Amino acid sequence: MEAIQALKNQDHSGRRQLKDKLFFYGIIVLSLVTISPIILIISKLVVEGYRQISLDFLIQTTPDTFEAMTAVSNGEKIPGGIANGIVGTLLMVVLASAMAIPIGILTGIFLYENQGKFMANLTRNISDILQGIPSIVLGLISYLWVVKHVTSGFSALAGSVSLAIMMLPMIVRSTEETLKMIPQTLKEAALALGVPYHKVILRVLVPTGFSGLLTGILLGISRILGETAPLLLTALGSSVISLDITKPTSAIPLLIWEFYNDPNMVDLIWSSSLLLMAIVLILNIVSKQIAAKRK
Amino acid sequence: MTNSIAEVKKPILSIKDLSIAYDKHYAVKNVSVEIKKNTVTAIMGPSGCGKSTLLRALNRMHELYENITTEGEALLNGQNIYDISPIKLRRHMGMVFQRPNPFPTMSIYDNVIAGYKLNGIRTKKKERDEIVERSLRDVALWDEVKDSLYKKGTFLSGGQQQRLCIARALAFSPEVILMDEPTSALDPIATSKVEDLLVKLKENYTIVLVTHNMSQAARISDYSLFMYLGELVEYGKTKNMFTNPIDPRTEEYLTGKFG
Amino acid sequence: MLAAGMVYSLVGGSVPAFKTFGLKFIVSGEWDPTEGRENYGALPFIVGTLMTSFAALILCLPLSFATSLFLGEYFRGTRVARILGLLVDLLAGIPSIVYGLWGFYVLRPAMIELGFGGRGFGIFTASLILAVMIIPYATSLSNEIISMVPNDLKEAAYSLGATRLEVISSVTIPNARSGIVAGYILAFGRALGETMAVTMLIGNTNLVPSSFFDTGNTMASVIANQFGEADGLKLSSLIAIGLLLFLITGIINAVGKLIIKKMN
Repeated sequence: MEAIQALKNQDHSGRRQLKDKLFFYGIIVLSLVTISPIILIISKLVVEGYRQISLDFLIQTTPDTFEAMTAVSNGEKIPGGIANGIVGTLLMVVLASAMAIPIGILTGIFLYENQGKFMANLTRNISDILQGIPSIVLGLISYLWVVKHVTSGFSALAGSVSLAIMMLPMIVRSTEETLKMIPQTLKEAALALGVPYHKVILRVLVPTGFSGLLTGILLGISRILGETAPLLLTALGSSVISLDITKPTSAIPLLIWEFYNDPNMVDLIWSSSLLLMAIVLILNIVSKQIAAKRK
Repeated sequence: MTNSIAEVKKPILSIKDLSIAYDKHYAVKNVSVEIKKNTVTAIMGPSGCGKSTLLRALNRMHELYENITTEGEALLNGQNIYDISPIKLRRHMGMVFQRPNPFPTMSIYDNVIAGYKLNGIRTKKKERDEIVERSLRDVALWDEVKDSLYKKGTFLSGGQQQRLCIARALAFSPEVILMDEPTSALDPIATSKVEDLLVKLKENYTIVLVTHNMSQAARISDYSLFMYLGELVEYGKTKNMFTNPIDPRTEEYLTGKFG
Repeated sequence: MLAAGMVYSLVGGSVPAFKTFGLKFIVSGEWDPTEGRENYGALPFIVGTLMTSFAALILCLPLSFATSLFLGEYFRGTRVARILGLLVDLLAGIPSIVYGLWGFYVLRPAMIELGFGGRGFGIFTASLILAVMIIPYATSLSNEIISMVPNDLKEAAYSLGATRLEVISSVTIPNARSGIVAGYILAFGRALGETMAVTMLIGNTNLVPSSFFDTGNTMASVIANQFGEADGLKLSSLIAIGLLLFLITGIINAVGKLIIKKMN
């Protein structure tokens, strides 16, 4: 007992509390370092990019290098805008969603209805792994499938296929998670009314979980909006507005890449990035708000 | 017999005018009480009466949460607990929780000695072995686990886990052991083992026990506090309180009118 | 189904490359597109990918570790944590190409300024950007796991007189360990496949890099960079690199998910 009292009186509490404090401040400093890039990036985009934002910027197509060069050397604003990119992005996002959303929701329902079965587990695992596959590889795959065999050339369709593969796992996941969160009793109540099973799912469960699905879809869209790498391999880019899905098309991120490679267009880089960021972040925040409301 | 000894005991812990508030809402109001050395003191009352809150103030657990404020003082052997650093205070005030909570990543041995390790106290292997064995013997667990000291504590049964947690608190030989409904998650057999243990432990320690189980308080405690809506209603020898309660609210509670 | 088709076409596309070079494709350090003596080996890009991703992981470790403790332990459930968490989430929302631009126009000049030599391109610069990009992936999982460590375990340690740091190091982290590791594995998987930002900063050279300050190429960046002008054997070689990347990231992700499953 005396030995214990002696041990108990050993006291390093000063040093220990100092260490504790230092660690705490270290955590705060490192956390601030972590979030500093986002603040730096957004402020850089706003500072450099706001000048070019105007109505023209949204409704005109990209200028050629020569026009831009003349404007820059005369100290004027670069003419033209990124309408071809905006239209291309919209076109491909709509196409990709049209492919990914139905397949994703059906797969999600399949997983929900077959909990614990081998096929469902296999599908879920593959879908999870698919989510981690780099987008450029998905671009390659879409190139091999669509560019080579379907449209025999770079096309908006090929771009949307690669984007659709990217979206798919996110939609599968959110569908399954959302359905799982709906109370079993709701399903039973509908079944007890004599409603056929498939109608219970489509008319009762899916509408109930609608906001959950919407969150998944919006997050999926915000993720593919900014994708560049797979589009380089599939949609290629174009300087005119094109609604033909078998022809190459542009997209906002593709235009940023082109501007980046063209020293005369520097001013346009920032405004296009600002626009892209703004859309992506707004979608992100909106979908998180919806998700937060459900809880 | 216990009572006659207890009468001459000096108070080890004097709580004076202690109030505790969650976000300005008072959960404990102006409680003053003296806990006597080498006794089991039970804090009773219906749920939400502030009994756990009072207990957790005694080892300054509330300081982990920003929205809780405490006023008043509590003297341990005459020294205000708010003048000692909480780190040191807690070596003198062991705590046992409602659910058995051995550290799942540590072995039984490491669980018992955890207080020393966490406090960075240097010990020799022999000293550690002694402390572990003595603490486990104190809780009558030694014979059951001496061959599996290096297994994880989470493999034990609920009752064994709770006794391991008591051993963990005893390893420091604290003056006071605070127990927050230590048997509420245990089955009747494990409960009676722990109760027997508490009666034995008061030879060397002072125990403050929160319980919502009146018969438990009657069985093992020497003194009882009855709390209601954050106030201390009645305090006295358990025997007297159960046979002849002074306050009508105590009587109502003891006869099962509420709670 | 879809996945099987994907593997099939990648394999199909890379057959010519593997036929010509055999396994030497993976270990050969040469990448020579000169007509007549074309010779393609993926080693420079495999090494480049591993170097950038590892460096990024190491750079991201202290930051995301600190952030997840900030969110999951020190300020759990507070307004400050919500705002910080939102900002970290936004990091994941920034498109890769925007990171690349910022890296090119802001980070690269800063690197030159700091005396890292050359024109500021290279593996180190790419890793810095990559580290920022994978922070949200590493943080979100470990933060979640850390905040799930039961409160009564932590209180037990406090009741024995431990300081907060001691509670974190002996209770919180051991209990959340596998989740934290899984988070970093998944983040590493992300780093392996990041394309645009890396392409814009790594310097795009086709030799096995000699140090972390050398220029190089990753598997993803070489595909993005050279795909436009590729056909025949070169195209097939790029596709073969894509297949390798697919397999590596697939395995890394499977391992990460396995750890998460085991925890539950």
